[in-house]
Amino acid sequence: MERDKNFVLGVYDDEDVLLDAVSKVRESGVKIHEVYSPFPVHGLDEALGYKRSRLPIAAFLFGLLGTSLALTMQFYMMRFDWPMIIGGKDYAAFPDFIPVTFELTVLLAAFGMVGVFMVSSNLKPWGQPRIFDLRITDDKHVMAIDLAANASLGEDKIAEVLKNSGATEVNKKSFE
Amino acid sequence: MAHSTTNYNLDQKFEFTATLKKSIMTVLVIGAVILAVGIITAMVGGGHDHAEEAGGHAFHWYQRLFANLWINNVYFTGIAIIGVFFFALQYAAQAGWSTAILRIPLSFGNWLPIAAGLMILTFFIANHDLFHWTHSYLFDKNSPEYDKIIDGKGGFFYWPMEKGTFPIFFILRMFLFFGFWVFFFNKLKSLAFEEDIKGGTGYWRKLRTWSALFIVFFAVSSSVAAWDWVMSIDTHWFSTMFGWYVFASWFVAGLSAITLIVVFLKDKGYLEMVNQNHIHDLGKFVFAFSVFWTYIWFSQFLLIYYANIPEESVYFVERLQSDVYSPFIFVNLVLNFFLPFLVLMTRDAKRHAIFLKVVCSIIILGHWFDFFLMVQPGTLGHNGGFGLMEIGMLLVYGAAFTLVALGALAKKPLIAKNHPMLEESYHHHI
Repeated sequence: MERDKNFVLGVYDDEDVLLDAVSKVRESGVKIHEVYSPFPVHGLDEALGYKRSRLPIAAFLFGLLGTSLALTMQFYMMRFDWPMIIGGKDYAAFPDFIPVTFELTVLLAAFGMVGVFMVSSNLKPWGQPRIFDLRITDDKHVMAIDLAANASLGEDKIAEVLKNSGATEVNKKSFE
Repeated sequence: MAHSTTNYNLDQKFEFTATLKKSIMTVLVIGAVILAVGIITAMVGGGHDHAEEAGGHAFHWYQRLFANLWINNVYFTGIAIIGVFFFALQYAAQAGWSTAILRIPLSFGNWLPIAAGLMILTFFIANHDLFHWTHSYLFDKNSPEYDKIIDGKGGFFYWPMEKGTFPIFFILRMFLFFGFWVFFFNKLKSLAFEEDIKGGTGYWRKLRTWSALFIVFFAVSSSVAAWDWVMSIDTHWFSTMFGWYVFASWFVAGLSAITLIVVFLKDKGYLEMVNQNHIHDLGKFVFAFSVFWTYIWFSQFLLIYYANIPEESVYFVERLQSDVYSPFIFVNLVLNFFLPFLVLMTRDAKRHAIFLKVVCSIIILGHWFDFFLMVQPGTLGHNGGFGLMEIGMLLVYGAAFTLVALGALAKKPLIAKNHPMLEESYHHHI
């Protein structure tokens, strides 16, 4: 069986039940693929055992790229490409470059962060985002279990674990 | 909800042990010795040269002593008043997270009466050596030394008296600011400690009102104090951002001092309620306002540099093109911007005491350099510099301030046990 194709979904309608369920399901040895909820649930990241996001590192690197691009651009333009004397200053007057450098640093850090987030959370403009259940944008929390990752357990066992943990429904979902 | 805060000893007091007192006293004594050595070498060696100054004054060693007194007067007054300001800010913003640490900034205010005495005393002894505008011949139209620009600004110092006599307006402002600051500090302090005994939410409401009033007064007074005590040294020059600039410098230094003492008390086993989240928030404060200070510093610099109007740019020419001060401009920026910015950028750095200890100590030294650069070029010119006298005086003032603040902290409980938001502070989680 291939990974990322066939899923069992546990549907929950209360975030407290969901939080308990996450711990219970993980204790019973089932690997959770992802949990979808219509609003942020406090403590869900910890319950799922997720590591801290590496997004700040991406932001820092994009910021650094912005800084170097801005400085390079201004030095090239003002010193080599089209030197101009403005206000009696040197061609490459470093203090004048700071405002533009600052702005480009912020711009690239922000855009880069949004871009990285979009790509990593599967919201990128190309390809097809996978909707596990339409109600995750309304009032239901959905826990997705990848069948292939839990091959040793089997579908019925997983469904049983989900039911016992407080799921109101257990569905199946397959993607091409 | 069960009150989880009852697990803690809410009546805990900070015990100012004899060993700790002794070590701070040792720093003070070492500082005094260094200062004395610095004074003696200055007396024997004199300035860099005995030539007549441009203003017709010979340079005397005690001018450097006065300049040092003034730097530290202004600097530590700032840290003390920022303690009170931070306290007031938490109440005015109805913040709950900081409840467990509020006693530390409050204790800083006890330096204010001492600072007032030192400031007024220094001004009366050293006015002619520190402030060019105090010379009466500048306002005498028949004198060859007559200065039209300073004469135009004279009213700001001397009103309603004759210009060049007794600076009654200036002195009045000094008394007024210190008077009101001490008054507000005492008001806030007495309400906070009364709350400890009697409880109830009424005190919190009163404190909010008084805090809001204080912040309004502080907004005006801190700015005017910066013009009076620092900007008037370079009488011809002015900057419309100077009040903000001094406030930003004070605020970062004050926040660093608060953070440093909180972390130090945590290490000693006090403030059990304070967890990594509070430390993280203090770290964010220090980080954010370091950047804010840099923004103000650079805005002031860039506008003057770019417009290049001689009467404005002379301020930076005196500093950047001087053998004595130009290195310190870069020291100032590295210590107060690059280091805090790069070191405190990650989340982990703000959550671990060791980084904060290092960075906050650096910032407190760095902002002393900031004030050093504001005061010395205008008072001493090329006879200034960073030497034994500066180090000694900073150690003496720093140790004295610490003694006063920690002494006040030891007298009262460390936790505001009847504060209505104590529970919120205990559960603070980010």
